[in-house]
Amino acid sequence: MMELNTQRMEDFKERFRYLKFFVAGAFLLIFVYLWYLQVIRGSDLRQLSENNRIRIREMVADRGMLLDRKGQILAHNRPSFDVFLVPEDIRTNPEALEKIGEILNLPGEEIGEKVKGVKRRPAFRPIKLKSDIDWDRLALLESNRIHLPGILVDVRPRRAYHHGALASHLLGYIGEVDENELKQMKDRIYRMGSMIGKYGVEYEWENQLKGVDGGRQIEVDALGREIKPLRSVEPFPGNNVVLTIDFDLQKVAEEAYQDRNGALIAMDPKTGRILAMVSKPSFDPSIFARGVSAEEWKALMDHPFHPLQNKGIQGQYPPGSVFKIVTAIAGLETGAITPQTQITCTGVFPYGNRDFRCWKEKGHGTLNLHQALVESCDVYFYQLGLKVGVDAIAHYAGELGLGRKTGIGLPHEKAGIVPSTSWKKKRFGASWYSGETLSVAVGQGYLNTTPLQLLMLISAVANGGRLHLPRVVERVENIYGEKLREYSSEEKGRANISEETLRVIQEALMGAVNEPRGTGYASALKQVKVAGKTGTAQVVRMAIDFKKGDMNRMPLKFRDHAWFAAYAPFEDPQIAVAVLVEHGGYGGAAAAPIAKKVIAKYLNLEVPAPAKTEETSSDSVHD
Amino acid sequence: MIDRRLFIHFDWGLLGIVLLIASIGILNLYSVTSNEETAGTPLYLKQVLWLAIGLGAMLVIAFVEYRFYTDFAYIVYATAVILLIIVLVYGIITFGAQRWMKVGPLIFQPSEFVKISLILALAKFFQRYPGREGYSLKQLAFPFFLLFLPMILVLKQPHLGTAIVLLLIFLSILIFVKVRWSALITLGVIGLSILPLVWRFLKDYQRQRIITFFNPDLDPLGAGYHLIQSKIAVGSGGLFGKGFMKGTQCKLGFLPEQHTDFIFSALGEEWGLVGCFIVLGLYFLLILWGLRIAIGSKDRFGAILCFGVVAMLFWHTLINIGMVLGLMPVVGIPIPLLSYGGSFLLSTLIGIGLLLNVSMRRYLF
Repeated sequence: MMELNTQRMEDFKERFRYLKFFVAGAFLLIFVYLWYLQVIRGSDLRQLSENNRIRIREMVADRGMLLDRKGQILAHNRPSFDVFLVPEDIRTNPEALEKIGEILNLPGEEIGEKVKGVKRRPAFRPIKLKSDIDWDRLALLESNRIHLPGILVDVRPRRAYHHGALASHLLGYIGEVDENELKQMKDRIYRMGSMIGKYGVEYEWENQLKGVDGGRQIEVDALGREIKPLRSVEPFPGNNVVLTIDFDLQKVAEEAYQDRNGALIAMDPKTGRILAMVSKPSFDPSIFARGVSAEEWKALMDHPFHPLQNKGIQGQYPPGSVFKIVTAIAGLETGAITPQTQITCTGVFPYGNRDFRCWKEKGHGTLNLHQALVESCDVYFYQLGLKVGVDAIAHYAGELGLGRKTGIGLPHEKAGIVPSTSWKKKRFGASWYSGETLSVAVGQGYLNTTPLQLLMLISAVANGGRLHLPRVVERVENIYGEKLREYSSEEKGRANISEETLRVIQEALMGAVNEPRGTGYASALKQVKVAGKTGTAQVVRMAIDFKKGDMNRMPLKFRDHAWFAAYAPFEDPQIAVAVLVEHGGYGGAAAAPIAKKVIAKYLNLEVPAPAKTEETSSDSVHD
Repeated sequence: MIDRRLFIHFDWGLLGIVLLIASIGILNLYSVTSNEETAGTPLYLKQVLWLAIGLGAMLVIAFVEYRFYTDFAYIVYATAVILLIIVLVYGIITFGAQRWMKVGPLIFQPSEFVKISLILALAKFFQRYPGREGYSLKQLAFPFFLLFLPMILVLKQPHLGTAIVLLLIFLSILIFVKVRWSALITLGVIGLSILPLVWRFLKDYQRQRIITFFNPDLDPLGAGYHLIQSKIAVGSGGLFGKGFMKGTQCKLGFLPEQHTDFIFSALGEEWGLVGCFIVLGLYFLLILWGLRIAIGSKDRFGAILCFGVVAMLFWHTLINIGMVLGLMPVVGIPIPLLSYGGSFLLSTLIGIGLLLNVSMRRYLF
């Protein structure tokens, strides 16, 4: 056994002879190269290390611009002057620190804190003292440069939004990449301090907008002063994103809101192009690009009307009477009613142990479907709702795109809620009460929709049931203006609704705006026929009791939300609009005039004198 | 189990070389990190702590008779692979790679221990004598499986450096034990033909580093910059170096990962060619010493085990220095006993423990 074993080890001994030489050869090679570097090139390299140190100066790529459909600039970049300090250069010269503090209007302690705040900083690495200083300070700093060793001024692109808060929710904002985002990334394009899109189009289109950062190797002397640039990689700017919105239309829409809150979205119903997107209150996106202060952030977060929310896609509200469109379609399609079916409204509909009231106390008398939609009679739809049942209503709501995200391609879109018997079972584990169907039939109860979803609904009605994917980006261009990608309209689906039904609904919506008794009369235009539906979303139950009196006497936060969804021209729809005015009261009074201005602007019509809208009779402006 | 003769035959020479290199490593680390203002324990003290733990582990490993390990080779291997899977699922992500695992206060890298486990498993497999002609291709299927399993897991982290070391250890052992010529040629052909596939499997930044190695001007801000700075650091040391604590390149933050992968450049800068010669000499001695232990072993298991450890030390040293000098692409392989890093120090000392183990039993049984 031992004998055999030694023999088996012989192979290894033989290999050892060769391996010895191999290892020796490898070490010799390294040693020779070391000798070449340290002895032959030693003095050269020593010179380099002592006199000329090479540093890297980052060159941030220009972020792509955001443009409107006509090429108007909405977001671009401007130079920002940032001041840096190399603490090692100033250690022996404390007076200079004071001088710097004076110029920058920074107390000495604050500078000290900034210097101490950076951990594991290699020596001679500059620390940012202040960013985006104004011209006066810059001039003062430059003229005193000679007495201020260790101070560096760097020019970096800073995101600027041409029109302040205009379309702020759509454009979004950018900010410094945070530690979590950095950890999640597999590639290392972003560094601490890099800017990244955080919201809106800036977030969603980050990859196109970003560009590729460059940098420069710079020789600096022993004091860290730059001597000459060596190799460099030029930054490559990001691509421009051309939006579908129309700047002028957006402006008219925003101005129409005055100081009211809410959301408006306008869309081309035939293509899904978003023409305007307003959410109020808005914010100034440029404050995020420079870094929001704690107070600013708190003010935005504590604001009672949520300025950071894009209410058009994130806000969920009961659709109110706008939803009667869905109930009517369900009624016609299931055969529960015909357009001629008549129902009598006495102003109240007792059901179970509760009185369900119509908004019109005296009642509407006997009406058919057309009249019921035009005058938005609640009692008609209570009874219709009972006839078709909640599940049929839910089915047609789904056909028209409610209860799910539209896929607009903006962050945080909400899906809303379309209740049904199975939904309630799943959510609450309880069965459905037919009394609840009454609320759903007139757009209250568990129902929740975003303004964008109601826009999709009205567009589908206008467009023969076609649902187009709503989109905000027209195309992406490189800096030379060459098209890189273009987005065409995409039909997401078609509601399974007959043409006759749609025609009845369309006629009724036209009547709601153009007939004197119509609830949307306030948005009627002389030159074209507008079709639309008003709505009022209850905020609190109590509002019902106020209906008798003047809504304006109610505290603002208890007032109902006003809705209006419309399209025009009736014969050939070019624009569809959904308007929500938070706590605006009645849809006809608060929301319809805003829609009217937007439609008139888009169709290049003379805007009628505003006085006319105030004169409308109190009956017709109600829900 | 512990025999009096073990102490007589204890390999003091090997221990001396290891302690000498490790001491140089601590001194060097002290110098490199001296100007960094850190809260908490300084890096060199942490390294001393790890060294103490590692030496303890080394002695324990050395005194348990190594043939005892054959029984556990596959279990150790399986444990290491499971740890790799756990780290992929629950590990800590830093800079886009998932390599670390937290156990209580300790953070360690399972990928370091997988090297030793692979060596153990391969030694167990190859201890059976294949006969005069050597191993056939079919017989090599299982060892290849042993290699690929951890290698793929490590690449997933991603940690290219460790994957390369695993491959090199495997190939070295393959050369050491006898493989049929026909099998070697077939393997060579297959290896060359899947090379383009491997290229596609690499992450963008890994490809970038390899491209940069062949053309440093392509990425003057990233890897190219590091290569140039590293060469300047080593070269500026000249014949005698700038002196202890006097290196400027490393201190000014020009080098990336100066206390781990690029620690050798600090040595070159501060101690010059003379210092490098001494350290290179010590490594050379360590490797020859290890090879001698391997061929002096009384059985195949001990021989292959030692050879695997020597291969690991050799490739780590060669690739790291080559990388620092710009002779090889930057792949993130630390240098044994000099680089900062607890897990790697521990696995190195466990390897040394195996060498000591085999060495002091060369006259037994």
